[in-house]
Amino acid sequence: MTDWLSLVIEFLIKALILLTLILLIAAAFGVWLERKVSAWIQNRIGPNRVGPFGLLQPFADVIKLFLKEDITPHAADKFFHRIAPVISLGVAFSVYAVIPFAEPFKYNDRLIYFSITTPDVNIGILFILALTSVGVYGITFAGWSSNNKYSLLGGLRSSAQMISYELSMGLSLVGVLLVCQTFSLQEIVQKQALWNWNLFYQPLAFIVFLVSAFAETNRAPFDLPEAEPELVGGYNTEYSGMKFGMFFLAEYANMFTSSLIIVLLFLGGWNLPVPPEWLGLQQGSFLLSLIQFCILIFKVLLMVFFFIWVRWSVPRFRYDQLMYLGWKVLLPLALVNLFVTSIVLYVLK
Amino acid sequence: MNRIENTEHERLTFWEKLYLPEIAKGLGITLKQMFKPKFTRQYPEERWEPTGSYRGRPVLVLDEDGERCVACGLCSRVCPALAIEVQAGETEREKERYPVKFEINMLRCIYCGFCEEVCPEEAIVMSKDYELVFTNREDAILGKDKLLVPIHKLQERLEFLREYK
Repeated sequence: MTDWLSLVIEFLIKALILLTLILLIAAAFGVWLERKVSAWIQNRIGPNRVGPFGLLQPFADVIKLFLKEDITPHAADKFFHRIAPVISLGVAFSVYAVIPFAEPFKYNDRLIYFSITTPDVNIGILFILALTSVGVYGITFAGWSSNNKYSLLGGLRSSAQMISYELSMGLSLVGVLLVCQTFSLQEIVQKQALWNWNLFYQPLAFIVFLVSAFAETNRAPFDLPEAEPELVGGYNTEYSGMKFGMFFLAEYANMFTSSLIIVLLFLGGWNLPVPPEWLGLQQGSFLLSLIQFCILIFKVLLMVFFFIWVRWSVPRFRYDQLMYLGWKVLLPLALVNLFVTSIVLYVLK
Repeated sequence: MNRIENTEHERLTFWEKLYLPEIAKGLGITLKQMFKPKFTRQYPEERWEPTGSYRGRPVLVLDEDGERCVACGLCSRVCPALAIEVQAGETEREKERYPVKFEINMLRCIYCGFCEEVCPEEAIVMSKDYELVFTNREDAILGKDKLLVPIHKLQERLEFLREYK
């Protein structure tokens, strides 16, 4: 009984800390970084009025969104219109349930995992893939329920985009899974100890996954669902106030998730560049976990910077170009990668 | 045969068709931009000082011995936006005429500078004043009290006019 209770308490504390951290880093810092980087690229300064270096700007934005009038179009399907942003944001955050952030550490002879769910989830990748595909429902519902032609087009594009990218994304992951022989994110990262990054074993899969990740998160150059110049605002045209804010948050949370998965699967995750014993850090100590967590977040932030950097450099793809890229370029590449990986692994065995 | 020649597909080299190297090049350009000096001016703290050639709010010149305007009404006549209203009166001074009422409606003014160009006495000139904010329509109609500006504040514009007009 006490065991069960302490488990629940541990779970709640971890969920609280990690989700707050993620919300703070992913959403608040992400929005700030996006605005700053876009400003730098365009020879501007960017937000610098609210707080030091404008760091509190996202909070000011959120307060503004909360105070704004929440408009629901007269002809909209009220239920789906209301539930769409909840799906988007809920899915974006539930992915964090299975993502490990560092090695587990020992506390009072208890092994505490650095992820929200207590034990290591052995099908972590499948869970993430499944949930991120559900996220597209939020966008499609939003587009359909708004009863607006532009929103509908945005929603349709989003689902079409999802279908053409999910395949090559999944297939590129299979290569990694073959190399690592496991579905558990924890073990995949442990297999990449030191500099044995999957990036070096699976460069083609990395490129395919990276491109698909841009499409998956609906970010430029594949931000067709919200393409401002052609679709007004795309799927979120008819949203205002915090409902729009939720879509906005979901976009940044998704970007953070994608960066996290890329780092965990390809870029060595939380592994230190040198063996931890050299630095006098014991396996399973809290300090080591903390350092690993910081390394992971650092890598993820670099990845997020890359996402933003690409958004402000590369123009949007046309719809047919996107389909061409998804079906005729990335899918064959992913298949070739899978084929070659299997043969090499079979020969080496 | 209706063959289309020299298409984009034919013009591109292999590396350009691969697309990724070109994206990397583009990313390099934007990365370079990040470290270049910024154009932004921190407005309320850092104000822009216009040169003499700037056409801001039109004002009346206030000389050492009173206003220069003789209320001839040319500015009012030439104003394309019908923003100026002048009513003339007589005085005992050397110039004999002066404007009893001189109003410029800043909601109508288009800052074309015709009034300044047509003025025979160099009495109405464009100032450097560009921060024009009004909270109601009545405030936007400027009377003589707001229009008259001492000549030493307008030296730069007067010099510019003497040289280029």
